[in-house]
Amino acid sequence: MATALRPSIEDVWNWLSHVPDPEIPVISVTDLGIIRDVAWDREALVVTVTPTYSGCPATAVINQDIERALKEKGIENVRLERRLSPAWTTDWISAEGREKLGNYGIAAPIDGTTAEGRLMERIAGLAGGAPLTVQCPRCNSGRTEKISQFGSTPCKASYRCRDCLEPFDYFKCI
Amino acid sequence: MAQTIAIEAAVERSALFEFLLGMGDNTLVLGHRLSEWCGHSPALEEDIALANTALDLIGQTQLWLGLAGEVEGKGRNADDLAFLRDVREFRNLLLAERPNGDYGRTLMRQFLFDAWHYLALKGLRASSDPRIAAIAEKTSKEVAYHLERSRDLVIRLGDGTAESHARMKKALDELWSYTGEMFVNEAHDAALAAAGLAPEPESLEAEWNTLVAETLCAATLGKPQGGYMHRGGKRGLHTEHLGYVLAEMQFLQRAYPGASW
Repeated sequence: MATALRPSIEDVWNWLSHVPDPEIPVISVTDLGIIRDVAWDREALVVTVTPTYSGCPATAVINQDIERALKEKGIENVRLERRLSPAWTTDWISAEGREKLGNYGIAAPIDGTTAEGRLMERIAGLAGGAPLTVQCPRCNSGRTEKISQFGSTPCKASYRCRDCLEPFDYFKCI
Repeated sequence: MAQTIAIEAAVERSALFEFLLGMGDNTLVLGHRLSEWCGHSPALEEDIALANTALDLIGQTQLWLGLAGEVEGKGRNADDLAFLRDVREFRNLLLAERPNGDYGRTLMRQFLFDAWHYLALKGLRASSDPRIAAIAEKTSKEVAYHLERSRDLVIRLGDGTAESHARMKKALDELWSYTGEMFVNEAHDAALAAAGLAPEPESLEAEWNTLVAETLCAATLGKPQGGYMHRGGKRGLHTEHLGYVLAEMQFLQRAYPGASW
């Protein structure tokens, strides 16, 4: 295959931005920030992906979806590589992705509030260890409460709004 | 000279393999224990939370045992190591294989383990082996959430009703003698520490004691003092409980070797 006929890297990123996350289909794999690199290695297109959570069952499905989407665009030779470090963080979720999460009823992560930081502050009795104020994605009220550390997937916690009374998921900062 | 270096490298490789098995076996066995609650927890939210914690731990197992197989260099992958070894070849802490008991005991076991797990991973982020450092960086973020949750629940139940307090106190007394093993240096640990691969287990004890004492104090439970400590898991000497865990977990691969779907 002549190099000139290869799709550009920009085109590949654009196509990947239409591959949905299998568990939260309103956001794409690029919104999630898990695509770390796209590059040609001779005839092969190498897509470097970082896992969200170690045990996330969606990881295998995401890889299949990426391969399928690129094959549909005529790229037969796709190689997926896993990159663990730097570890995925919700800071990499795009602004567009956060907006889509909110519209879908999932409160977006509040940056800078990882469990690690809050845990150490709480043990030391500092103010930063206080419970988070997560805004209700439906009515925007700040009067919400955590029901459980884990929601329908490991990446989310269960919350309840004390104003509109709706339960909702919060995408935890990690 | 070349021979000495080769022997040293072999010793270090076997020490590293043992260590990685320990990390992966802890997460595998405890992950399996937690999954036993699936569908049986006292509340739906708790059921989901424990299943998600189990999922994290099993995912972490794939990373640790995958690397163990790579270091061993005999072509065994994470599945081979999880499903095709017998009790004496497992290197997990005895605490991880303790039966679930009531919900309080499961949470107390989780808290005592999470506190150790979190500190161990924090130390491993500085490992001289970048593969270990990467897994520790990744998994410690997840484990911080496990610890946050188990710590909160130990405090709520310890400082809860008379019944919940009594159960948590009983759980603590039952499990305490399984915590000492976390900080016992085994023969291979000095070699690993010297190579900068992993901190010595005993170096984690002071910080663990501080963290656990703070939580148990907030939970109005008080920290037990000393006493006899069980050990042996890290050398493959397990309690009778691990065999039952493996019998269930490994049944399919033993009945239908090589089965996949």
